Amino acid sequence: MKILVCISHVPDTTSKINFTDGDSKFDTSGVQFVINPNDEFGLTRAMWFKEKQGASVDVVNVGGPETEPTLRKALAIGADSAIRVNTPAVDGYQVAKELAKVVKDGGYDLVIAGRESIDYNGAMVPGMLAELTDANFVTNCINLEVDGTSATAIREIDGGKETVSTALPLVIGGQKGLVEESDLRIPNMRGIMMARKKPLNVVEATSAETETSSVKFEKPVSKGAVTLVDANNLDELVNLLHNEAKVI
Amino acid sequence: MSILVYTESENGKFKKTAFEVASYAKAVADQLGTTVTAVAVNADDVSELGKYGVDKVLKVSNTDLKKFNAKSYASVLKQAAENESSKVVVVSSSADSKYLAPLLAVNLDAGYASNVVEVPSSTSPFTVKRTAFTNKAFNITTIDTAVKVVGVSNNSYGLVENTGSATTEDFSPSIPASGVTVESVDKVTDKVTIADAEIVVSAGRGLKGPENWGMIEELADVLGAATACSKPVSDLGWRPHGEHVGQTGKPVAANLYIAIGISGAIQHLAGINASKVKVVINTDPEAPFFKAADYGVVGDAFEVVPALIEKLKAFKAANA
Repeated sequence: MKILVCISHVPDTTSKINFTDGDSKFDTSGVQFVINPNDEFGLTRAMWFKEKQGASVDVVNVGGPETEPTLRKALAIGADSAIRVNTPAVDGYQVAKELAKVVKDGGYDLVIAGRESIDYNGAMVPGMLAELTDANFVTNCINLEVDGTSATAIREIDGGKETVSTALPLVIGGQKGLVEESDLRIPNMRGIMMARKKPLNVVEATSAETETSSVKFEKPVSKGAVTLVDANNLDELVNLLHNEAKVI
Repeated sequence: MSILVYTESENGKFKKTAFEVASYAKAVADQLGTTVTAVAVNADDVSELGKYGVDKVLKVSNTDLKKFNAKSYASVLKQAAENESSKVVVVSSSADSKYLAPLLAVNLDAGYASNVVEVPSSTSPFTVKRTAFTNKAFNITTIDTAVKVVGVSNNSYGLVENTGSATTEDFSPSIPASGVTVESVDKVTDKVTIADAEIVVSAGRGLKGPENWGMIEELADVLGAATACSKPVSDLGWRPHGEHVGQTGKPVAANLYIAIGISGAIQHLAGINASKVKVVINTDPEAPFFKAADYGVVGDAFEVVPALIEKLKAFKAANA
């Protein structure tokens, strides 16, 4: 089985979110970038398939050279090789189109992406990619088993979960549950050394068209200080929630 | 040219988000001087939609659509959009709608914006405001294609009642084969879900053990709320994973979020920040959650929660 794991290069959760150029661009200064958490759960599940079922695992990112350390980290975790599509990621559709070409050229059976990135939260690349490559698609995936060309997945739904049967070629929108947090791997020195020698292939973009344009960013209006209510005066809390906040 | 809206139902009854997306579609229709057409799949009584601005309902009744399937449902909506020559398709942010929307967008050659929190600030260019950076910012985005798919963030627009009534038309789209088959569904049906809830009551490690969740469930019952929990609580197995809210769990965009015994780690706050009003109950006045909350009570959950339940019961009785 040939597996491709899509890696988004995203600011670490604890990053300060600021914008530059008239609030049109994300301010990357001083920001630590990481593998998108939802992608990392998928990458770790892919490692399981590699070790237990002899799958090959490649990773891919659509982005500039600045995303290479993130791809190297994925290699250090255990991916076999990396592909970087050399173009800035502009919108979900453009990224899905670039990835579709990588999937077709590489003949991948299983593509695992995160259900969404934690920066743009579009939650659209995996579904678009599935549709563009005529693959089956399961998102919010919290469990995945593959046997030959058939697959069983569990999808988180509102208020519960459902089990689905499907077949390769398949695109997964993964999240926590594919593996648990305690299963995630921190690259060790040997992995980091080996990652330096693994291929990181830069491919030129197809100049896929975009469908949306980011105009600018806004930060939420900073809210006032918390209103503290005495624990012995909860009538006041009920009153505030009813008359001031109007939520009960 | 009608605005198309996908109004979700479950067991024949519309979800609350169906009325919210209908209200949103009506606002967009008013901006563009057109009407609203809803697609309702296996819904019993579609007349309610008229109250939220829907002019026409395409009623789809098909046993093949009994279980949700993203590919099939996306195909139904595509055929409906073509039938109505719709230029804008509105969907919700439910797990199902977020599943089908990217497929629908590709099928319609439409640009798609998800997590949209306001009606378009302009219809030419079509400009929407959406959440980004896990609720730490908003992104103003234009959708540049002729046909547009808009995913509305839950509880962001609210329900807006109208005086109109809707006409109904039977709609019989063809259902394509799908490579994904639902084998079983494991779902609590008598409880309000986190996605659909207006109020969410959430608890953390401060509760000390799973045996102490009775009062959390009672508080949720009194408020008609969904229950949720922090990541450590689901990692410890005190509560099911499906209740975990936060960055790697479920997102919450409720009108009221009550956090009990949750310190407020940045990953937790990122996931719940889209909620309008936040209340924190915690023994530690230095807990980061107090900086993010609107109302706070410094106190022991084991005293405050039972007392609050009594106060709310009295309030409900007085306002019934």
